[in-house]
Amino acid sequence: MLVPVEWLKDYTDVKVSVNEFCDRMIMSGSNLETVEYFGEGIEGVVVGKIEKIEKHPDADKLVVCSVNVGQEEPVQIVTGATNVFEGAYVPVALHGSHIPGPLHGQPKTEGGVKIKKGKLRGVESFGMLCSAGELGLDDKVVPIAHRDGIWIMEGEYTPGMDFVEATGLKSAVVDFEITPNRPDCLAMIGMARESAATFGEKLRYPDTKCEKEEGNAKDHIQVEIKRPDLCRRYVARVVTDVKIAQSPWWLQKRLIFAGMRPINNIVDITNFVMLEYGQPLHAFDIRMVEGAKIVVDTAEKGEKFTTLDGTERTLNDSMLLIKDAKKGVALAGIMGGLNSEIESDTNTVLIESANFNGDNIRATSKKLTLRTEASSRYEKGIDPNLCEAAADRVCRLIEMLGAGKVCKGSVDVYPAPAVHKPVDVRVDRVNSVLGINISREQMTGYFESLEMKVEGEGNIMKVTPPTIRQDLETEVDYIEEVARLYGYDKMPVTIPAGNVQVTEPKVRTLRDMAREILCGLGANEIQTYSFVSPKGVDNIRIAEDSWERAFVRIINPLGEENSVMRTVLTPNMLEVLGRNYSRNLPAARAFEIGNTFMANLTDPEELPSEQDALCVAAYGEGETFYTLKGIVVELLNNLGIRDLEFTAESEYGVYHPGRCARISYNGEELGIMGEIHPDVADKYGIGTRCYCCEILFEAVVRNANVEKAYKPLPKFPATSRDIALLVDEDVQVGTIEKIIAENGGDILENVKLFDVYRGKQVAEGKKSVAFTLTYRASDRTLTDEEVSGVHAKVLKQLEEKTKATLREM
Amino acid sequence: MQIQLNNILQQVKDELAKAATVAETDSIRVKALGKKGQLTEILRGMGKLSPEEKKELGQAANAVRAEIEKLLEEKFAQVKESARKAQFKLETIDVTEPGVPYNIGTKHPLTITIEEISRVFKSMGFSIAEGPEVETVFFNFDALNAGPNHPARDMTDTFYITEKTLLRTQTSPVQARTLMAQKPPIKIISPGRCFRCDTPDATHSPMFHQVEGLVVDEGITMADLKGTLDTFAKQMFGSEVRTKFRPHHFPFTEPSAEMDVSCFKCGGKGCRVCKGSGWIEILGCGMVHPNVLDVGKLDTEKYTGFAFGMGVERIAMLKYGVDDIRLFYDNDMRFINQFK
Repeated sequence: MLVPVEWLKDYTDVKVSVNEFCDRMIMSGSNLETVEYFGEGIEGVVVGKIEKIEKHPDADKLVVCSVNVGQEEPVQIVTGATNVFEGAYVPVALHGSHIPGPLHGQPKTEGGVKIKKGKLRGVESFGMLCSAGELGLDDKVVPIAHRDGIWIMEGEYTPGMDFVEATGLKSAVVDFEITPNRPDCLAMIGMARESAATFGEKLRYPDTKCEKEEGNAKDHIQVEIKRPDLCRRYVARVVTDVKIAQSPWWLQKRLIFAGMRPINNIVDITNFVMLEYGQPLHAFDIRMVEGAKIVVDTAEKGEKFTTLDGTERTLNDSMLLIKDAKKGVALAGIMGGLNSEIESDTNTVLIESANFNGDNIRATSKKLTLRTEASSRYEKGIDPNLCEAAADRVCRLIEMLGAGKVCKGSVDVYPAPAVHKPVDVRVDRVNSVLGINISREQMTGYFESLEMKVEGEGNIMKVTPPTIRQDLETEVDYIEEVARLYGYDKMPVTIPAGNVQVTEPKVRTLRDMAREILCGLGANEIQTYSFVSPKGVDNIRIAEDSWERAFVRIINPLGEENSVMRTVLTPNMLEVLGRNYSRNLPAARAFEIGNTFMANLTDPEELPSEQDALCVAAYGEGETFYTLKGIVVELLNNLGIRDLEFTAESEYGVYHPGRCARISYNGEELGIMGEIHPDVADKYGIGTRCYCCEILFEAVVRNANVEKAYKPLPKFPATSRDIALLVDEDVQVGTIEKIIAENGGDILENVKLFDVYRGKQVAEGKKSVAFTLTYRASDRTLTDEEVSGVHAKVLKQLEEKTKATLREM
Repeated sequence: MQIQLNNILQQVKDELAKAATVAETDSIRVKALGKKGQLTEILRGMGKLSPEEKKELGQAANAVRAEIEKLLEEKFAQVKESARKAQFKLETIDVTEPGVPYNIGTKHPLTITIEEISRVFKSMGFSIAEGPEVETVFFNFDALNAGPNHPARDMTDTFYITEKTLLRTQTSPVQARTLMAQKPPIKIISPGRCFRCDTPDATHSPMFHQVEGLVVDEGITMADLKGTLDTFAKQMFGSEVRTKFRPHHFPFTEPSAEMDVSCFKCGGKGCRVCKGSGWIEILGCGMVHPNVLDVGKLDTEKYTGFAFGMGVERIAMLKYGVDDIRLFYDNDMRFINQFK
């Protein structure tokens, strides 16, 4: 909401500087976006009167003007504009003056433009005649009369006057951010009410009473509301002998400050009053209203109607249409009809000031994709009690401007007038919620400054707000009014009493632990979007009908690439690794912990299941399946999950069929890891071997045990024996370790693989694997015989079960 | 005999003067004092002597032995010292060569920011609660007092899964869930992901993080809200920052406010970070609307509370000077490494 401070002063006194005004308005609840200063950057521009216009001797498109700028002699200025005429008053930027710019047809330059004299096609020009744009006006507010040329000034001036002084084109314009609960502030009077309450000043309402009224509105028009549920009130006033002309400069200027383009007197007045009161208004040419009758009704289904913008629209029977006896004349609350538009020869106009249902207007506006200043105001909600004052104000301005003769009275159809019931507000409740201690009188003062009525006594204040305030429904709404006028900054600062035990979900604790561990293992954490492309699972070669394809889909995604919720983290991880690889990072080790989503197939209206997953991956020199496996094992061990089982998996498309393992614990699957399949790596542009592991973090959470327990340190010495076995290539280390563990009994403390050898001295298809076995008892020193007995059994079982040959150590 | 003893002593002295290493010194020791050494030889020859001579010679020999041992000890210390010196010289390294790299990873800056925020609130006695990212319309809007025509409900603002489920647009639904699940006193924060239909650019991301907070108990006041959030701001941004609470509007709080902190880059003088105003908007907050407390079927006369919510990306951008929100989701390792 653009509020020109000079205009605001019509309705209330503003005695402070603009900065202080802004600061205090912010603190009383009117937050602002920016402050713009009109007239800034215009220096040395004067009013000139064009005395004579002659053709340029060498250019068809230029003219040479002789301009009176209050000096002894007129100055000569060359211009290309076609709208200048002798006798016109125009802004003249003389040699050495400064304008904000941009110059016609050129881009805007920071700091404006300095004007110098020069020659145009051989003819001297001592400055330039300015357009509104060159003087810094936005194109959307330049008066329609001189939109495409030099600013032709309204009225008479003394040549040589400072242009800014002469026009008063100087005001701070504050852009307030109006929250959706305060549509009453989308009006100058609304903002003046806030300002008056903030600064303890009086609010002055504008003059709405005409001095002279002729004839009677009722003789010109009848109004019928067929849908009182969609139209609470319809006020019609009539003006005859309308003279369409340009508005006086003071009116144009205000519209310009407030961001609207001046068009002509009637349109400008309705816009001006809309900005003043927040009430949209419409003017019809009464000639086109057949049967002298306005009927507010819904349209017929499929009815065609052409709006003011020249577009034919197809309506339906939920859309409210203003009709005459025969046809539609305006799309209620949105836009007038082309058929009843004000023309230059219009004589009698009907001023409509009506209150339409906001939800209905919103729906129509959405269906027709037609949003206007009026429709957006109706959507937010307007006080029906405004209609009459706004219509009267329009008439008064028409009278003041001599734009027509106002008919007496109005046609006002208002079946159920709006009234506000008082709300009980307790003094002690206000104080206790805010943590302050102020008197009833002080609170009453705040309410009254906002034009509320306060009755009742003692602790109970019966507060009735003006109907303009539609946001005040319950006691707590009034508590806020007290709070903001008392000042949030004046409230004390305390810490809540009472203590509560601090807890957090176990999954969160474990996530934090996993992050610490993985960072300790050299991996960087990444965060990727929860919504992904459904193609991700194709890219990682997930089989059809797999659970990874049970997507939760977004109805209205930003695009295909963000249209489903991720079921696995691997595609995002590979995308990130690919991106880093393409940026020439030689190595990367990364992890992500985040939600994955699975559609609820039995009831899609129920929430999908959300499960935490963990993905860790790496590429670069030194990275192998086993470095990643080491990371995974260390991670899980630190979360209390030991004795993991890794089972070779050759069917999962994501991974190299010979380098992939499923990870399980106590028979429950925890995840899968491996070397990324070369076709998958290609898809993501990873030009080197890449290793990845995806873990079902929920399963980790179920099995995690982070309780620590102390075991006494060994008191007796250990004995270790090294063994080397020659086995077939397909005998897995895991199998050997299991046999050793099963036969080592209580005294086997540890088994450690220390060598795997293939090559010289080992036959093709065989490998040599070497382990150190450590034996120890907790209660005695083991004898050599005891160890040898167990060790022999281990070796025998190994030979039998794996057909291993013992090699000399 | 005495002469022989003196000769041995002299000889040891001469030889020691020339010796330079531990080995040379040790061979002098062996030659003089060893089992077959010169002094031993002399003592062995004492058998033929009378007891008086034995005693006299024994004393003399012991004196010489003591003298030699003392000389040897000194010499050993000296040669060992020079041997160490030589060794150290030989083993001197260039300490400016780089160390063997041990690279620990880095948490994502958004995680770091959430952890910092959480740490501050935990120290003030807040627990942590979580809620789903796919939410019901009920918890995301209805329960939070957002009217049926609230613009945020539009498909242009909110991602929908079905008519009744959506991607949560705020962490506030956790407020409603907590109120339904728990009896006061309630004191929680809830960090998490949120989603809104914004096309990504330098300051917008369709996915972002918030931290929500909720306190409900008997006798909670707006002054408590100010005190809690002022404490948070000072712990998070430095004890010298000041806070400013401005009136604002949110459907689920009344009165509502936005909290600004004095710019922690320029101290409030005005700079690029605070756009010259000296203040930075950090969070939205307010007293929980009675309609929201109703969701938890609480006695709104007895219980009051406050709630707040802040954008994690915004705080991380301000704290670390990140100028493009997309960097958080680009995951360039060179970006993440900067947060070590």
